[in-house]
Amino acid sequence: MNTDKLTKGSAKDNGGNSRYASKYSVAGRVGGVFRWFISSHKKYGVEWWILIVGLLIILFISYMALFPQTLAPYSPTDQHAGPQLMPPGPGHLLGTDNLSRDILSRIIYGARTILGVAFVAAILSSLIGIPLGLFSGFIGGIIDRILSLIMDSVYSFPGLILAIAFAAMLGPGVVNITLAVSVVYIPTYFRLVRGQTLTIKEELYVEAARAIGAKRWVILGRYIFPNVIATVVVVFSLNIADAIMTEAALSYIGLGLPAGIPDWGMDLSMGKKFLPSGTWWMITFPGLMIMILALGFTMLGEGLSEILNPRLLER
Amino acid sequence: MKNLLKYIITRIVLTIPMIFILLTLVFVILRIMPGDPVSAMLGAHAPEEVIEQKKEELGLNKPIIAQYFDYLNQLIHFDLGESMIFKQKVSQPIKEKLPATIELTVFGMFFTLLFGVFLGAYAASKRRTGRDYTIRLYANIVYCIPVYWMGLMLQLIFGVWLKWLPIAGRVSARIMVSDFEKTGFYTLDTLLAGDFHAFGDVLLHLLLPSITLGIVLSGIFVRLTRANMLDVLRSEYILAARARGIPERRIVYKHALKNAFIPILTMMGLQFAILLAGAILTEMTFSWPGMGRLLMERIYLRDYPTIQGIIVVFALFVSLVSLFVDIIYALIDPRVKY
Repeated sequence: MNTDKLTKGSAKDNGGNSRYASKYSVAGRVGGVFRWFISSHKKYGVEWWILIVGLLIILFISYMALFPQTLAPYSPTDQHAGPQLMPPGPGHLLGTDNLSRDILSRIIYGARTILGVAFVAAILSSLIGIPLGLFSGFIGGIIDRILSLIMDSVYSFPGLILAIAFAAMLGPGVVNITLAVSVVYIPTYFRLVRGQTLTIKEELYVEAARAIGAKRWVILGRYIFPNVIATVVVVFSLNIADAIMTEAALSYIGLGLPAGIPDWGMDLSMGKKFLPSGTWWMITFPGLMIMILALGFTMLGEGLSEILNPRLLER
Repeated sequence: MKNLLKYIITRIVLTIPMIFILLTLVFVILRIMPGDPVSAMLGAHAPEEVIEQKKEELGLNKPIIAQYFDYLNQLIHFDLGESMIFKQKVSQPIKEKLPATIELTVFGMFFTLLFGVFLGAYAASKRRTGRDYTIRLYANIVYCIPVYWMGLMLQLIFGVWLKWLPIAGRVSARIMVSDFEKTGFYTLDTLLAGDFHAFGDVLLHLLLPSITLGIVLSGIFVRLTRANMLDVLRSEYILAARARGIPERRIVYKHALKNAFIPILTMMGLQFAILLAGAILTEMTFSWPGMGRLLMERIYLRDYPTIQGIIVVFALFVSLVSLFVDIIYALIDPRVKY
């Protein structure tokens, strides 16, 4: 016989255990979070771990970007940090470069630049691309066709070349490079959101909303936009990964930033000159960091994608 | 057949506005952006009259609309203008450097397919084993590797430490290019001239840059091939082939792969744009005398007409390749309705 109802509402359950202790004690809460964590893996499979690893990478590098002083042993612009061109060793974990700057410190401070530019560029792109896509998909007609044609043309053009053209014309500087990178990704958001809008527009609940007299803005804002969000979040994460690669590429070819700001791409191009003499530590570490950061956002995006829109099980 | 022709014509007609929009975009970027090219060229301290005179010479004083129509007019006559810095037509350095980039791109695509398709097919045939997961991991990671970093690391390992391969240029300094240069495609030229020593040298120089491009872009093809192969390997004719006792390896690499190839073909066309972008970075890393490096050189020199010309050429290339791929796809895949 199920005796739970006898003790329902009281502080103790049938086994004499306190119902409240596990819920409200610190150990209970931590245990609860842990249990949810592990059970999520069972629910979502390996993608869950991919998401977690990606998130950890991003959190770690964000910490590096926000609080570099707590991690870096030297200032990134200190040109007397140690002997010139020293390979990794005690005192300088990643070695020193040709201007006697500590590479580890440059890497830690460089996180700020690359993460900042990529993130802001992604936000800018989405702020322009998403409303345009919603509008275009919803309105339809000739405006939609013209906008789509423009966006498709820009989308088909190699993004990096477009970014190079913009960066070349705008000149060096953090703001300019952010603008250059953000322009490249507007069509991505536009196409995604427009496609979704077109599909959702035909749904029955949108027709119902129109029937009860909802104004256009209400339909867009309350019905279409929330359904678009899930995919947008995934694309946003992948977009940041791409923006990271584009920003690093721009500063590698010398279009990005003035010399004072530590940046991974620029460090790579500086290290390139010393490659023939075997100075491997100047190029290995900045490049590795670019890869890891891009991977972090990619993993986050792919993990989120699987969780929000689970694929059918592969047969 | 008549339908196919109609489709091709429609597709070509659609390409024209796209090219037009791209050309306009290039114009907008290069003219309406802040910054005065003439001051940049002559220096900010040049006297007013000199700046004005130069501007008049280059036609920069006309209203924007007039400049725009001049630009379109020139392009229709296939005239890319003249360089602001050197006394040459823009098309001249482009004609010189284009073959280098094309050669790099073609070999890059070759290695991309070599790594991507075969790894993908192998992963599909060994589904759900450790090898499959490793290859999938490879595919996902490789896309995040900066092309130039991969190039630098390969240069380090194979050029500096092992000293097996050269790390810069298209030929060694000892070889006289003028001996065989004809089309600009050194692989062809050396073969035509019968100079096999030079041919080997050219190939050695091509190896590292192409493999760099190949590895970084192979990830997408691994995933695509694997997905398509999984579908094909489940079909009935494959089952029939197995029942007939045809060795597994022949089934996978000959029969199944051929049928899975159509989407790979389309992806090749779509990836072309990314390949071009990667080629620019690779050319900078390997000191490869191609369009990418030309673009960067002229950007540093602020030679706007040449920059514009190069980007126009890129835009045309990308549009034409995508048009070509669409048509081929319509021709090959009998399921496409037109």
